[in-house]
Amino acid sequence: MKKWQCVVCGFVYDEAVGMPEEGIAAGTKWGDIPETWNCPDCGVAKSDFEMVEV
Amino acid sequence: MDPVVIVGSGLAGYQSAKEIRRLDREVPLLLVSMDSGDFYSKPMLSNAFSAGKDPDSLVIKSAAQMAAELDAEIRTDVRVDGIFPGDHEISIGGEKLRYARLVLAFGADPLRLHADALSVNDLSGYARFRKALEGKKRVAIIGAGLVGCEFADDLSSSGFEVDVFDIANQPLGRLVTPECGKWMETAMKGIAWHWGAKIAKIEKGSILLEDGSAFQADIVLSAVGLKPRVGLAQDAGLECARGILVNRRLETSARDVYAIGDCMEIEGQVLPFVMPIMHASKILARNVLGERESLVYPAMPVVVKTPSCPAVVSPPKAGSKGAWHTEADAEGVKSVFLGEDGKMLGFALCGKAVSEKNLLAKELPAVLS
Repeated sequence: MKKWQCVVCGFVYDEAVGMPEEGIAAGTKWGDIPETWNCPDCGVAKSDFEMVEV
Repeated sequence: MDPVVIVGSGLAGYQSAKEIRRLDREVPLLLVSMDSGDFYSKPMLSNAFSAGKDPDSLVIKSAAQMAAELDAEIRTDVRVDGIFPGDHEISIGGEKLRYARLVLAFGADPLRLHADALSVNDLSGYARFRKALEGKKRVAIIGAGLVGCEFADDLSSSGFEVDVFDIANQPLGRLVTPECGKWMETAMKGIAWHWGAKIAKIEKGSILLEDGSAFQADIVLSAVGLKPRVGLAQDAGLECARGILVNRRLETSARDVYAIGDCMEIEGQVLPFVMPIMHASKILARNVLGERESLVYPAMPVVVKTPSCPAVVSPPKAGSKGAWHTEADAEGVKSVFLGEDGKMLGFALCGKAVSEKNLLAKELPAVLS
């Protein structure tokens, strides 16, 4: 399980935790998140800015 | 064919370019930047120290990489000296250029109340600040708003001695309730807060308050707010108030001239945050390319980047009637602002309560419906 950080706002997505409140189950890999997903903190689309592994 | 010219290479400028290019692979694009044009994330500046990032490593992509990716020409280190909407021309570095459409993404300047204080408003300003910090210990921060609190937390957790001064009596005085403020103040350990502080003078690292007290610091950082860059637009006769005025289509008062980002004002609101740029750039791109779309903003809570004390704010619109209701425990504070009809109009969350952000945000009214 990896963590990913939004390069624009610093939001961290932890694969182990997921985002249950957004319908993304714990354990969901970054690669499996749909391209239409937006960073919940800054609105940057997944397709716009690569998340960097932290 | 005259190009679409975008002035400014911050997030607003680059995001506009990206959205335009996504919709149209042919239209010529020219970006004009007063700095290096390197793409970086401004919100990350106030978190960079503890994240172990130096100014160079904050660059996500160079101007050359951006130019290649966007299939755009990018002119760097050059300033616009005039806008001539009647002629569809701008002047950059003395050279006149024609545009088909012009996008103003000038950004904002930091308010400067004290000449002898540094401010960090872009990557080069951050580089100067980092250099000034080398070998220093004691940092004074003027202003306990979003940026002031973020820098205070970043520097304090990186081992600096931090003093924060604000005329208010709590952190984020304009955004959160006193209970949230208190909680943040306590959670950000090791920072010396000075409330109700009216600054008389800053001179050679000495901060003198009107009540006569004096404090020493190696570096003074000013974070007292932003002022949209409207000068060039005003000179060109564009209607401006606090920011450059635009309608829901992001059009300024001049034909074929648009504005976006921190320099822009829409329906009385100046919102210098990332989320509004993400929404506005999509609409702007369509309209620049000839459509007539109207901007809508959903509720856009702002995450305060203070890792020692997570906080999210979504203040009610200025002048909203209603009252704050607060629940607090050892783990955090949840304040919601309820209107007279009982509907939630805003919130401020600290600590564990930030996990409720997304659920609560769904109940908030749109910022521009």
